[in-house]
Amino acid sequence: MIELTNVTRTYAGGVTALAGVSLTVAAGELVAVTGPSGSGKSTLLHVLGTLDRPTSGGVRIAGYDVAALSDAGLSALRAHRIGFVFQQFHLAGGTTALDNVADGLLYTGLRRAERRRRAERVLHRVGLGHRMEHRPHELSGGERQRVAVARAVAGDPPLLLADEPTGALDTASGAAVVELLRELNGAGTTVVVITHERELAAALPRQVRLRDGRLEHEGTVHGT
Amino acid sequence: MRAEDIHPAGLRPGDVLRGGAVGLRTRPLRAALSALGIAIGIAAMVAVVGISSSSRADLDRTLDSLGTNLLTVSPGRTMDGGLAKLPARAEDMVARIGPVASVSAIGRVADANVYRTDRIPAAETGGLAAYAVRTDLPAATGARLRDGTWLNAATARHPAVVLGATAAERLGVGRAAPEVRVLVGGQWFTVVGILQPAPLAPELDIGALVGWPAAQDRLGFDGHATTVYTRSADAAVEDVRSVLGATANPAAPNEVEVSRPSDALAAKRAAGEAFTRLLLGVGAVALLVGGVGVANTMVISVLERLAEIGLRRALGATRGHIRTQFLAESLLLSALGGAAGALLGAGVTASYAASQSWPPVVPVWTLAGALAATLATGTLAGLYPAVHAGRLPPTTALATP
Repeated sequence: MIELTNVTRTYAGGVTALAGVSLTVAAGELVAVTGPSGSGKSTLLHVLGTLDRPTSGGVRIAGYDVAALSDAGLSALRAHRIGFVFQQFHLAGGTTALDNVADGLLYTGLRRAERRRRAERVLHRVGLGHRMEHRPHELSGGERQRVAVARAVAGDPPLLLADEPTGALDTASGAAVVELLRELNGAGTTVVVITHERELAAALPRQVRLRDGRLEHEGTVHGT
Repeated sequence: MRAEDIHPAGLRPGDVLRGGAVGLRTRPLRAALSALGIAIGIAAMVAVVGISSSSRADLDRTLDSLGTNLLTVSPGRTMDGGLAKLPARAEDMVARIGPVASVSAIGRVADANVYRTDRIPAAETGGLAAYAVRTDLPAATGARLRDGTWLNAATARHPAVVLGATAAERLGVGRAAPEVRVLVGGQWFTVVGILQPAPLAPELDIGALVGWPAAQDRLGFDGHATTVYTRSADAAVEDVRSVLGATANPAAPNEVEVSRPSDALAAKRAAGEAFTRLLLGVGAVALLVGGVGVANTMVISVLERLAEIGLRRALGATRGHIRTQFLAESLLLSALGGAAGALLGAGVTASYAASQSWPPVVPVWTLAGALAATLATGTLAGLYPAVHAGRLPPTTALATP
């Protein structure tokens, strides 16, 4: 599903965010990416999500060579193959949960009625069938993040990327969201979770640790 | 799988519209204010064109009802610069021109001033003049009575007077009645009629009109016409015009001035058009300012919605999708303003025309022009912000909280 070969990402001004990362994630995996602030986690997520291109190295996502795709091609790849969940939810205020989720399918070419139908189905799936007509400010933080997850997976993408999905949530809500990610993974979606919470990472089958833009450690974290 | 296999989907028109409306829905006050700028510009332009069109329609209607086949003959200047006189037989001669249908005349009574009473100081003439008139004058000039009756063969011999519209107003005479008298050339004349304004013979407006024989008998009128009015068949007006001077005064055709009063009205219309163009320019400036307002709103809108742009890119929006969304928003803003402005302009036109008793006219090309100006403004105002929004790297946009 993901193949990174010796990926580097250097920003203007000489800051190196990724310094030669090679990583392979097979379809159906559930991976946690951990690391301290400034270790390159966010850059890695952007590269995995094709929101950013590497300075050098190869990236293959869902079978596509990112370097060979145009900006429009990458947009289509994101629309059809990749779902995103952000720490800040990024829901549209004043818009119902149903429409927020349906808008996640805006760029897939589906008709509005079909988008709303799928949104309804996926909201039921994340346990928010009773909250469809609620606006974000009428939902709890956990519910908002579940709406965001629903939006990310409404198009059934094979790859789901979550950037600190529990960062803005209390423990109980965070646990519910992680449980949801596990369920989605159980149904076949490849999930990559970026987090700095060791406890959360430790509960996932595979951990990848970044430090100073390099893969430092791979395996199971045992409180080191 | 090859790279060519994946293509972004196009947006449906309904989705483009809904996307463009996001900014309007979330910030209605700002949207309304920036649309107001466009509305004022469009309203100004539509109203300017509408009012001048209505005025022109009114003038056309007046010309239609008055006719453009009226020609007048007046004495000009002699070779040595003195005032010329029309020969006493001028009317008869003009009447003999084949296509001339009707002839009438007035003669200025020299040194006869008009006063309301004998207590008015002599210097306060009010700019009014006394004229000897033929009884067939209304038919030739199109003058209509507002009150009373016109002179007939009998009253034309008696001290009876018909006042022009302005003259009646200046003298303070509101109606014609046997007991209402004015002083003309030192003698009392009974007001038998009051005219409406005569657009084709404005000299009648400031005149006190007395019968030809009465003027000769009582006011010392010399019997020479100072204006001869003729009506001819429409097609023959130019032919009549070319021979009119020589016919009226065969001995000295160069001492005669021939004119067509409807030309003066048409010239007034042309002068109005020049003014309209100026006002239209002012309206265009207002529209330009409105456009700058929309551009400003769009630039701010893009800055405020970086996170939304980043999210949309993450959801699979292409640069083109983002560009389209913001361009649609700008066009929507302008279109709302333009529609409101067109309605406002039409309303102003209608109420102004009603206050002037003009037929309200808003030409279709004005509305089409307003639509085109609106869309052009929206496109120009939205282009830069939209392109800028499309070019934003998704990561930069997402990094903004």
